[in-house]
Amino acid sequence: MKNKDATSYWKKNLRYLGILLTIWFAVSFGAGILFKEALDAFHIGGFPVGFWFAQQGSIYVFVLLIFVYVRLMNKLDKEHNYYND
Amino acid sequence: MTVQIWTYIMVALTFALYIGIAIWSRAGSTKEFYVAGGGVSPLANGMATAADWMSAASFISMAGLISFMGYDGSVYLMGWTGGYVLLALLLAPYLRKFGKFTVPDFIGERYYSKSARLVAVFCALLVSFTYVAGQMRGVGVVFSRFLEVDITSGVIIGMIIVLFYAVLGGMKGITYTQVAQYCVLIFAFMVPAIFISFQVTGNPIPQLGFGSTGADGTYLLDKLNGLSTELGFAEYTSGSKSTLDVFAITAALMVGTAGLPHVIVRFFTVKKVRDARKSAGLALLLIAILYTAAPAIAVFARLNLIQTVSGQPYAQMPQWFSNWEKTGLLGFEDKNADGLIQYAADPAINELRVDQDIMVLANPEIANLPAWVIALVAAGGLAAALSTAAGLLLVISSSVSHDLIKKVFKPSISEKHELIAARLSAVGAVVIAGYFGINPPGFVAAVVALAFGLAAASFFPAIILGIFYKKMNKEGAVAGMVVGILLMIFYMLKFKFGLFDGGKEAVAGLKSQWWLGISPEGFGFVAMWVNFAVSLAVSRFTQDPPKAVQELVETIRIPSGAGEATH
Repeated sequence: MKNKDATSYWKKNLRYLGILLTIWFAVSFGAGILFKEALDAFHIGGFPVGFWFAQQGSIYVFVLLIFVYVRLMNKLDKEHNYYND
Repeated sequence: MTVQIWTYIMVALTFALYIGIAIWSRAGSTKEFYVAGGGVSPLANGMATAADWMSAASFISMAGLISFMGYDGSVYLMGWTGGYVLLALLLAPYLRKFGKFTVPDFIGERYYSKSARLVAVFCALLVSFTYVAGQMRGVGVVFSRFLEVDITSGVIIGMIIVLFYAVLGGMKGITYTQVAQYCVLIFAFMVPAIFISFQVTGNPIPQLGFGSTGADGTYLLDKLNGLSTELGFAEYTSGSKSTLDVFAITAALMVGTAGLPHVIVRFFTVKKVRDARKSAGLALLLIAILYTAAPAIAVFARLNLIQTVSGQPYAQMPQWFSNWEKTGLLGFEDKNADGLIQYAADPAINELRVDQDIMVLANPEIANLPAWVIALVAAGGLAAALSTAAGLLLVISSSVSHDLIKKVFKPSISEKHELIAARLSAVGAVVIAGYFGINPPGFVAAVVALAFGLAAASFFPAIILGIFYKKMNKEGAVAGMVVGILLMIFYMLKFKFGLFDGGKEAVAGLKSQWWLGISPEGFGFVAMWVNFAVSLAVSRFTQDPPKAVQELVETIRIPSGAGEATH
């Protein structure tokens, strides 16, 4: 029983990681590098959008990602009774 | 009061604070020395991690680098912060659960082998020494300009301070001094940034300011793009590196950052796995304040520099110009003897030489900020350099006293003697680092950038596979690390130092031969994949790891029962 629990915990964890790292890749390597030139056609204020993602936006998203991860994992820990240890 | 008096006051005050904290929190056991007793709160650990992380390079050099690289400088911004996400999601919680003192400890136990541990120790020492020499150099630069002592005395003063609290306090002393250093450095970075942003754009938030309009109503970035192309440089928001190279460098820096031993070890200092996750989040938040302001400073500084200097008569340069000329970091050579300063991309016309390291330090002076703000920047630069140096010295000393002496050469050593050994190796490390700070062997600056490539090529795959692939065995991991780091060293020697083609002079000519057009700075990304491939291939043809090790991997995947860090 306990073993099965650990396996489902790990699987969920891997799924969260997959989703969060996809976003991580999309904002930095995607918006900031690979699609930078296409996005630079648009502007937010004085910022070309691709440039903004590379020097500002990706960093804001990174911070958010870690806090989302912390929340998701704390919830998962509680569901699997790992929280109080 | 003059800038110099203010600087003496600020530096003396902050140093007194660090020493006071060191005395209050000195370490009594090896556990306190290596991991601060494992009882640091997530917020304190987050602040300490942030200070540890943000080195002299982040504080002094990064904005300057971006200033001259424009969009290409994004590699540092995304690389150094994005790596943090990898660290927080893929490494920190599991390494905390594993609960040992050092990174070689993890490698040694997970791969049940002394040779794996030795390879890891070698990599940790190589990465840490190249990095720490750069920090001592940063200390020297700040001292030489602001306190007008020569670089040698500057480095020696810095060595004594670091020695004092790293040797006395170990991780415990370092952690609490780093909390103070974080406060000093972030305040010192943000105050001038806010001042200048308000001065130039009327918006006090630098992160927004550099996307707004200046006094003449045009957007700052548009104006800078125009000025840059006029002088023959690439457009500021476009840069000049190839997309593939930007991709590779960013990736190498990210993965390398996640593999830096002095940062990983910080997560051994908190109580629980969920504290490790949370403090990683807090640390990145605290780091992001500086990292999002740096590109703004880069833009303001570049504009200020071009507008103050370009095409102006040398005789009318303000005081800061001659101050920095004295340090040799700024230079003017009147090639066409017209008394004006020609600043241009073309080396045949260009008459101005600006070291990127002075942009942040000189910026408050260029913008005419009050003396106390300029002094604050000096104290902040020192805080950044000293905090990182201390963290690295701890990795070096624990690698020697714990991983080499205790785990390999003399397992019977008593706790008391291990602590003495740890302190002695910290002293040794400071002296060596100081020596390289005073006599930088030409290549230090180049190697610091490559330290990330080395970490990416060696540690990162071994740790990731150790956690996420149960069947990874010692043969695979050792082969991967050895091939990865050797390949990285080979590429560095060939394309950064021109070792096989007749030395330094040949380097520029070799650029066309770069594999896939990837620069040595970005090659860590390639070496990392080679490491992964070799590890997986070798492990397929060799024996599975023992049952006990596979069970160990199962337990580090769940957070319960993390316990405290132990021997």
